[in-house]
Amino acid sequence: MRIVVLVKPVPDPAVAAERLGPDGRLDRAASPAVVNGNDEYALEAALKLTETQGGEVVLLSMAPATATETMRKALAMGAGRGVLVTDPALAGSCIVGTARVLAAALRTLQFDLVLSGADTSDGLAGVVGASIAAQLRLPYLSYAARIEPDPAAGRVRVRRLSPTGYDLLEAPMPALIACTQVLGEPRYPSLKGIMGARSKEIATLGLADLELDAAGVGGAAATTRVLASRKPPARAATEVVRAPASEAARRVAEFLVERRIVA
Amino acid sequence: MTALWVVAETNADGSLARSSTEVATLVRSLAATADRPAVGIVVAADPRAAAEALAAYLPRVVALAEPAAAGHAWASVAAERLAALAAVEPPAFVFAGAGPDGRDVAGFLSAMLGWGVLANATNVTWDDGPTVEMSVFGGKLLTDSAFIDGHGIVTLRPNVVTPEAARLPGTVEAAAGHGPLSQPLVPVVDRRAETGAAVPIEEARVIVAGGRGVGGPDGFRLVAELADALGGAVGATRAAVDSGWIPYSQQIGQTGKIVKPQLYLALGISGAIQHKVGMQTADTIVAVNRDPDAPIAEFADLVVVGDLFEVGSALLGELRARGG
Repeated sequence: MRIVVLVKPVPDPAVAAERLGPDGRLDRAASPAVVNGNDEYALEAALKLTETQGGEVVLLSMAPATATETMRKALAMGAGRGVLVTDPALAGSCIVGTARVLAAALRTLQFDLVLSGADTSDGLAGVVGASIAAQLRLPYLSYAARIEPDPAAGRVRVRRLSPTGYDLLEAPMPALIACTQVLGEPRYPSLKGIMGARSKEIATLGLADLELDAAGVGGAAATTRVLASRKPPARAATEVVRAPASEAARRVAEFLVERRIVA
Repeated sequence: MTALWVVAETNADGSLARSSTEVATLVRSLAATADRPAVGIVVAADPRAAAEALAAYLPRVVALAEPAAAGHAWASVAAERLAALAAVEPPAFVFAGAGPDGRDVAGFLSAMLGWGVLANATNVTWDDGPTVEMSVFGGKLLTDSAFIDGHGIVTLRPNVVTPEAARLPGTVEAAAGHGPLSQPLVPVVDRRAETGAAVPIEEARVIVAGGRGVGGPDGFRLVAELADALGGAVGATRAAVDSGWIPYSQQIGQTGKIVKPQLYLALGISGAIQHKVGMQTADTIVAVNRDPDAPIAEFADLVVVGDLFEVGSALLGELRARGG
């Protein structure tokens, strides 16, 4: 099994320093980057599959050159090597440009499966995977809760979470799978993994290395722009109730009536 | 003027998804401001029932019958037929829900049309095109964004628009998919329902959620009873899900679903940032927690300091006494 895992460096959600620069783009200096949480789950699923079936896990990212540091952590978890598409001309790419670049980079790689996280914690769009699948005409299996490849038959089965349970999807490989956290908790890198990651290869590709129309990617080709950003309005002051249970419950019920939640 | 499209989603039984009624309500209002036509499109093997339901919200609905939409993953099939329709009758902007099917169809359409996506909108206004408010970085920042070239796709977060039917119902036109599909079909070989998954929590108006403090599956019985009494759904933190007390479908937070109910009643939930990002935009947050210094006390509207079982049981009694 050759599995490519798409990983995106995102601002560390635990640091809470995210802000936009005057150009409406993320101020990357203000917030340290980590691997997007859902991508770690995708990587964990890929590692488990190659541990049982053999093969190799390759990371693919499109990000500024500093992303090699973030990618090392994913390599420390057990991925074999990384491919980083980085080029100053890609700064400010929108969803369309990003998906075009990742699709073009995937054309340079050989794989049975591409795994992505269902969405990223920064923008929560969750549309890039489907866009890549459409461009490469790959079967797209999303919201995966379980992945069962059958390499001998060249097919893969995926449980796709549905509002009431799951749908069982089946497709030939290669295929693109968007992963949920039901697949299982990502491992912590071992010390050996961390040491080993230092010498693992991260190949960098620039725009010139990809077969795509440079006019369709980067900030100049962006299809959307940020007009304004602001902190969300603060909530009103908290009412604290310290009273015996029956009295406290009465106050909660009254409060729900005041808020017109119960009659 | 070119139209605003609503891409409708259907439930497993073919009925119209609630999220699509929210999208349709928003688009009808935007179309009135923009003086543009609003068109709903249902792509399904048998789109009639959903199309009739959607026509309560929009002046014009296209019921596009596509046999391949049954028995296959829906999004790529729908997107290809929508893209073909867009080639004949190009819309200006396309709107869909921000749930799994809506996101998937938005991603496919984005590739097929080369259009940008503004995702998970919390509000949309009109200023020569949609101005889309989005909550990004786990709710820490609100942004307003616009499309640059007069075209785009918007996905709308569930529960930010209250569905409201139009004064007069619209018309339904039948259409059908023509020609082969170029995207690979992904067969659905089985559909399984799991017990306990009732209303999707993204759509619930009231959520009663339990955390580590609930202590176990037995404790969740009280959570479920309160949810019943309030006409709501049960939610949970990751700790409760990881402990196997409740299925992942009910998990709220950074690693689960993001919800915006009218009421979020949090029982035994500390309100760590990973959970907060999933529920902080609820209209009203009420928390019951032993620890007065728990983070949730900083952003809840009302906090009861006490034992969740004692307070929860008493509240259940209060609600039942009030006929709730």
